[in-house]
Amino acid sequence: MLVLTRKKNESIIINDNIEITVVDVQGEQVRIGINAPKSISIYRKEIYLEIQAENKKAAEIKNVDLKEDLKDFLK
Amino acid sequence: MLLKTKHFGEINIDESKIIEFKDGIPGFENLKRYVVLYDGDKNSPFRWLQNVDDGELAFAVVNPFMVVKDYDFEIPDEAVESLGIESILDVMVLSIVVVPEDISKMTMNLKAPVIINTKNNKGMQVVLDTDRYSVRHYIIEELRRQEVNVGAGSDEKEK
Repeated sequence: MLVLTRKKNESIIINDNIEITVVDVQGEQVRIGINAPKSISIYRKEIYLEIQAENKKAAEIKNVDLKEDLKDFLK
Repeated sequence: MLLKTKHFGEINIDESKIIEFKDGIPGFENLKRYVVLYDGDKNSPFRWLQNVDDGELAFAVVNPFMVVKDYDFEIPDEAVESLGIESILDVMVLSIVVVPEDISKMTMNLKAPVIINTKNNKGMQVVLDTDRYSVRHYIIEELRRQEVNVGAGSDEKEK
């Protein structure tokens, strides 16, 4: 991994259209500002991983008949 | 074209109905073409998001607005931009459902809805930047509360 040292209010530019700025540093917490084209998806990594894991779980679905299976619950 | 599906065997689909997910969906980034299948009952909130290139990949999905009546979010800019959304009327929203062994624990993902522009058949799964909605929202209680017609074959109620 490329590691760069930046101070508050300093930025890095990626691929001439994504700018990442260190907005604030308070102890353990760093606030990061991102300027990127609107079509770029930006996620907090732990949330992205959670969505990935949830989708994988969803894909394991067995051959169910939701209509039939839900009957019992909705009487 | 003939399509092998996970739940309906081999069916004939209209190629113009294929939805392009440019980046796939998280966890399945390489699989990019899906169709939305109904199981014959348009009143049911359930549908299938069936992958076109891998017949074994299909997600149970729901129309979240039919299940959670006050579900409300702003479509993220990234989706408006990359799906070329011009009118809200063209937008279809689906929530991916996890159906565990114990079906009473079935959940839907309200935090990361699938957004489809039905005008150009482009879709993506977005992640909402809010703590209001969870990736695991229990469905059964909602359905009971809303008395949603899931096509469960219940007797029609007198109005």
